[in-house]
Amino acid sequence: MRHVRVRRTPATVATIAVMVALFGLLLVGCGGVKTADDATTAPTTTAGDATTSATGGSDTTGGALQAALNGAGATFPEPLYVEWAGEFGASVQPGVSVNYQGIGSGGGIQQFTAGTVDFGASDAPMKDNEIAAAEDKSGAKVLHIPTVMGAVVAAYNLDGVTELKLDSDALAAIFLGTVTKWNDPKIAVLNPGATLPDSAIQVVHRSDSSGTTNIFTGYLTRVSPEWAAKVGKGKDVKWPVGVGGQGNNGVAALIQQQKGSVGYVELSYALESKLSMATLKNKAGNFVVPSLESTAAAATGVDIPADLRFSLSDSPGAQAYPIVGATWILAYETMKDPAKADALKAFLNWALTDGTSVAQELNYAPLGDDLQARALAKIDMIHGG
Amino acid sequence: MSAADVPVPAEAGRTSGEVSVLGRRPARRRVWTDRLATAGLVAAVIMVLVPLGLILFTIARRGLATISWEFLTQPMPYSLRKEGGGLLNSALGTFLMVGLATVFSVPLGVLAAVYLAEYGKKNTLAGVIRFFTDVMTGVPSVFVGLFIYTALVAQIGFGALVGAIALSIIMLPIIVRSSEEMLRLVPSELKDASYALGAAKWQTVSKVVLPSALPGITTGVLLAVARAAGETAPLILTALGSFKIVTTLVGEPISALPLAILSGARNPFAAGQARAWAGALELLVIVLVFTILARVIASRSRISS
Amino acid sequence: MAGRLATGGPALGAGPLLGRRGLGRNADPLFALLTAAAGSTVLVILGFMILTTTMTALPAFQSQGISFITSTDWDPSAGRFGILAFIYGTLVTSAIAVILAVPLSLGVALYVTEAAPRRLRSPITYLVDLLAAVPSVIYGLWGVFVFLPLFLQPASAFLGRFLGFVPIFAGPSSGLSYFGAGVVLAIMIVPIITALAREILLTVPTEDKYAAYALGATRWEMIRGVVLPRSRVGIVGAIMLGLGRALGETIAVALLIGARPQISASIVQPGYSMAAVIANQFQEATEPHIRALVGVGVVLFGITILVNVGARLIVMRMERS
Repeated sequence: MRHVRVRRTPATVATIAVMVALFGLLLVGCGGVKTADDATTAPTTTAGDATTSATGGSDTTGGALQAALNGAGATFPEPLYVEWAGEFGASVQPGVSVNYQGIGSGGGIQQFTAGTVDFGASDAPMKDNEIAAAEDKSGAKVLHIPTVMGAVVAAYNLDGVTELKLDSDALAAIFLGTVTKWNDPKIAVLNPGATLPDSAIQVVHRSDSSGTTNIFTGYLTRVSPEWAAKVGKGKDVKWPVGVGGQGNNGVAALIQQQKGSVGYVELSYALESKLSMATLKNKAGNFVVPSLESTAAAATGVDIPADLRFSLSDSPGAQAYPIVGATWILAYETMKDPAKADALKAFLNWALTDGTSVAQELNYAPLGDDLQARALAKIDMIHGG
Repeated sequence: MSAADVPVPAEAGRTSGEVSVLGRRPARRRVWTDRLATAGLVAAVIMVLVPLGLILFTIARRGLATISWEFLTQPMPYSLRKEGGGLLNSALGTFLMVGLATVFSVPLGVLAAVYLAEYGKKNTLAGVIRFFTDVMTGVPSVFVGLFIYTALVAQIGFGALVGAIALSIIMLPIIVRSSEEMLRLVPSELKDASYALGAAKWQTVSKVVLPSALPGITTGVLLAVARAAGETAPLILTALGSFKIVTTLVGEPISALPLAILSGARNPFAAGQARAWAGALELLVIVLVFTILARVIASRSRISS
Repeated sequence: MAGRLATGGPALGAGPLLGRRGLGRNADPLFALLTAAAGSTVLVILGFMILTTTMTALPAFQSQGISFITSTDWDPSAGRFGILAFIYGTLVTSAIAVILAVPLSLGVALYVTEAAPRRLRSPITYLVDLLAAVPSVIYGLWGVFVFLPLFLQPASAFLGRFLGFVPIFAGPSSGLSYFGAGVVLAIMIVPIITALAREILLTVPTEDKYAAYALGATRWEMIRGVVLPRSRVGIVGAIMLGLGRALGETIAVALLIGARPQISASIVQPGYSMAAVIANQFQEATEPHIRALVGVGVVLFGITILVNVGARLIVMRMERS
């Protein structure tokens, strides 16, 4: 047997010592570290706002609250919720931290039902059986609180085509896979001035369970009998063609990366990632550019039931963008932790009143006055106990 | 003396002017086949090293563009699109969970390795343990995450502790097998000398065998740590992700570098992507430092032989 | 005193290693028990893993029956869970990875053991081993942002244009496909196969190699005639271990495979794999969907274990002979 002379090398001892020290320091040091201080978001609300009563609700933003809230769900409003969380924690209630993770509407409903998060978020309202399951498990009533409305746009990546007009027929055909090239007559006839390339259309859809998909397929089901028969509507459907992206993020990233691709994303994502958006023909026959205004125009005149679950697609308004949806925060009426209940109430109250400016900045349409009042009334129902 | 040390007989396989043992040059075709084959081998090496170079280069270039003191010391900004901020919360999350996982898996793994090396030469139990430990090194990490989710997260929620437990299950078999190899290498003369002096087995192991094998065991631990630091799939299902610095162990979702990088890969916003590249650079540096350190320790303890 | 003698210690003298304080003669058996318990923990964890996941997935298996693994109809909202498309995707991407990686790995291993100048051997080996340390998520990030536009998209377009008449290369492609995931997987498993192949090639007896040279063989002829036949079994073992890694790889595949839960004959079309669907869909899944995904995990685990165990048995057999 070869004789090995072994040394306890200084490197060995040093490594072990460093690892132990690091770990120890970590535990000790982190005990004193406070939660994140957002250095990049400039506070836009002053201290005075924190004590203003929200319309129709009691003043819960006055006192200093202390809680860590966790929410998860839709990626549709994720850019907005994350900035709301930062703003609220930075200037309104520094003792409250809100952590929102975009995992898809389906994920939001699931984790909300499982009780692993304090609130969920979804652009597809929970179905009756989903509500029953959640209420069963938690013993508390489920509240749907609409926050904002957003547009689902058809974003595309085509060199040299700055404006693309599509109607419901062409859109359905693209996503059905019956129209496969950009210079197909169905598209060309709507865009006489544009030079459409003779290349394949690469469809991008969602790979995860999504409320955005629900809104988009809901629209297609309404306007295309062929789509309704072959694919239908839902958070998760069997796509005839295309690649899947994870979250609104993933879809936008895929469209960015591949020339000749088209997919559906929420308006905010398209604008922030500088993706081109198709102009769609609405029910009234006008071609409408997706924007904050055309989104808001879609919300007028819709009948909203008492539980605040509703759909906004294919709105009849003259300047309404045809694919618009609301997005909801899911909360339990009775929360086990009173501090968390108060914090959530304060956050949602602030978001729906003072937070509307941030929403508009990100191109999400705030709720109309009537709907806002009803939403605030729902928020008021949250209590600890 | 290994095959690599013995010199090949003068220009075996070469031609033009050299005469083989048989006194003739090999036929043209055979020569060209040999040259072609050698070229093929070189091509293979190049084709393997090019992606490596590309990966290191890209990450360095894109990561360095964003890495700064601010990046290393600031947590994620509360915005998907705004620039600035950093990934401090993710880095701390990685340190916390990997540190905990190390604390769980190293004592357990080393003790198990002691069993295999000292008591397990002809033992059936040891044979079974050894076999299944090898099997465990091949378990997909997503499966480990699934297991921890169904067993623990459903009960106690997302958090650092469950993430650390998932990582420790991944680290454990690596530490057991590498430590066992190292313990076996301790020469029996040392152990015999210890017994001759009247030491009990447990004293021999703790005062002679383990210290001797320490460099090798450290190597194995460092490699396991490098592996755990880079794992993503088990953390998706256990840690979930977070924007803020988290120190609680149970019930609070927590971020980690691989999770942050994964979000970045699915992010269309330039600022988010930039942070992801910087995070990738940070993670790569951590992983490479541990890997290289492990090798340095291993080779230095071997050199002394 | 008597106690000391009875346990075999010397009657005379003292030193740091002597002494039976505390536990006395129970120390050794206790220690043995402690280490055996530690060793058994591995078995316990593994067993617990298999048990818990299988029991969680059982209702899914029962409700779907054999169609769980024979059907391609994956429709969570309708409650139908056929995972054939994922099994197909896992096998196809792994096959592509192995087909691409094996020649490269063997080439590198042969170069390093036979053909490289002495001074290059260590650096090349070192660098290839570094590839093994790169985490999967970094492969995914790089794969999506760099490798995809740089190589995968043009390569897929090329295959589609010139070999498109062959069904496995048909159709326009975005690069996100079995092929895309397979190529990156190949890069990931090359270091594993190379490291093992190197070890095996080094065990070929030098006498045999020189016998070949003495008979006038060129280097390549020597490799073909002596080295490869003698290393065949071990190399198969190395390949299977690489395959095992490719089967379980999650993140890089999830980002590059295109996330399409359907079987496609063409490798440049998007698809899905077992590990990728778990990672992508888990957070959002409700009751029956979660159980089905855990079921996917169990099937994946089963396949991976079969391959790994097979590889180890082959390597063990090789080591014995």
